[in-house]
Amino acid sequence: MHSNSRIAIIDYGVGNHQSVANALAFLGYRFVITHQRSEIEAASALVLPGVGAFGEAMDRIRGLGIASLLTEQVHQRRKPLLGICLGMQLLADTSAENGCHQGLGLIPAQVVPIPPQHRMKVPQVGWNTVQVHRRDVLFSKTTDTSAFYFDHSLHLVCAPEFVAATVSYGGDLVAAVQRDHVLGVQFHPEKSHNSGLKLFRSFFSHYGISG
Amino acid sequence: MQTRRINACLIIKDGWVVQSIGFRRYLPVGRPEVTVEFLNAWGIDEIILLDISATAQGRAPDFDLVSRVSRHCFVPLAVGGGLATVEDMRRVIRSGADKVVVNTAALRHPELITEAARVLGNQCVVVAIDVGHDEAGTARVYSHADRRIDSRSVVDYAREVERRGAGEILLTSVDRDGAKTGFDTALVRSVADAVNIEVIAVGGAGHPAHFEAVFQEGHVNAAAAGNFFHFSEHSVIATKQYLRTRGVDVRIDTQASYAGAPFDALGRAGKLPDAELYHRQFSYHPEERI
Repeated sequence: MHSNSRIAIIDYGVGNHQSVANALAFLGYRFVITHQRSEIEAASALVLPGVGAFGEAMDRIRGLGIASLLTEQVHQRRKPLLGICLGMQLLADTSAENGCHQGLGLIPAQVVPIPPQHRMKVPQVGWNTVQVHRRDVLFSKTTDTSAFYFDHSLHLVCAPEFVAATVSYGGDLVAAVQRDHVLGVQFHPEKSHNSGLKLFRSFFSHYGISG
Repeated sequence: MQTRRINACLIIKDGWVVQSIGFRRYLPVGRPEVTVEFLNAWGIDEIILLDISATAQGRAPDFDLVSRVSRHCFVPLAVGGGLATVEDMRRVIRSGADKVVVNTAALRHPELITEAARVLGNQCVVVAIDVGHDEAGTARVYSHADRRIDSRSVVDYAREVERRGAGEILLTSVDRDGAKTGFDTALVRSVADAVNIEVIAVGGAGHPAHFEAVFQEGHVNAAAAGNFFHFSEHSVIATKQYLRTRGVDVRIDTQASYAGAPFDALGRAGKLPDAELYHRQFSYHPEERI
């Protein structure tokens, strides 16, 4: 049934979609980099990458008319969605990055700066292990010693029921979120070497998509 | 727990990876695509690609090269050389880079850092600072494009680039470049202690212990080498395993790990005991498939 399934990497004009495409190509998946309604509607799973500023990203997503489309695809069509880094933060209700911005609201959460009282360098740049709270979808193929690459100045805050993993950086920060088939990772799996590739494999296999 | 980063800094001259010595002599190493593919397979934590011909020739980086290289790179890829406008930076990111490295353009127009951070986010902007010494022996910012020592103090300039929005500093000691005598830990510490962003130390790696020294004495979490990794198989994995035996927390995500290997005085991984090798020849080690 899923042998012809195709993944849509959502392209909204900022960020590095090519890195995600490179990882999916290496793993042998069929994908399309797009912001076209028809291609998003035809896809079996959605990946929302992102590097850059929250406000500009949301403006572009709304400008392209895909904010409501993503919500519809997730809620009505029940398509799995994986947000990466800024793409994960965009799933939240609001962000306090340079003002206050509305997000996609797919997960009840707020995005706020990493608090300075953590006494750690900001942005967090580097490889860090995560504490997995929910292993089934994202972390079925990695271990507790697997390290992932983080590069972020803000972090997402949400209720414990939506936390799939945390990362220790001064205090515990949310590293991965999960609400039904809406998932997000603060780190960059496309840049997390073998562990990141295993995370993609875990996610797509869970939803029956083969490469 | 966050691990220490072992990065590769690749110098590209006229499309080839070269070994750089003191910013003056260059020896050819090979094709960038091949070098990147190997370093990725050997578990490097990040690859920094610096095209040193770009600014000299008044051009932007080779976007096509970045695109080709990025296909083999599943670790962060930072690209610099000739980036003079935010539009160039956007394009290099779209070509497959994850971060931009600015050096000459930031020296000439520091406001470019602010603009780049606003558009790309500060986590995406790495400012490279090359350091030389003036006649009095004081560490000063060195401008490679102008081939001269700048009057600016290294610490003042580092604080300025942080204030303007840099997410990381790539700090290179020109004197140690290619010298294999170890990192300039005093210089590295003076900058790392002065800013609240990550500093990547470059210049001087010639032994795995040099990384340990710069982490402990230089107060940094990241250090990079170029020449040191080019010429031996699995150099990155062996370096990381050496560091792990010394109690340094590093990421080893490769199937080969050199766990249990002895290390010689030069820090090279040696042969396992005969009994262990005898045991291993009858065990099955299938290639890991993700």
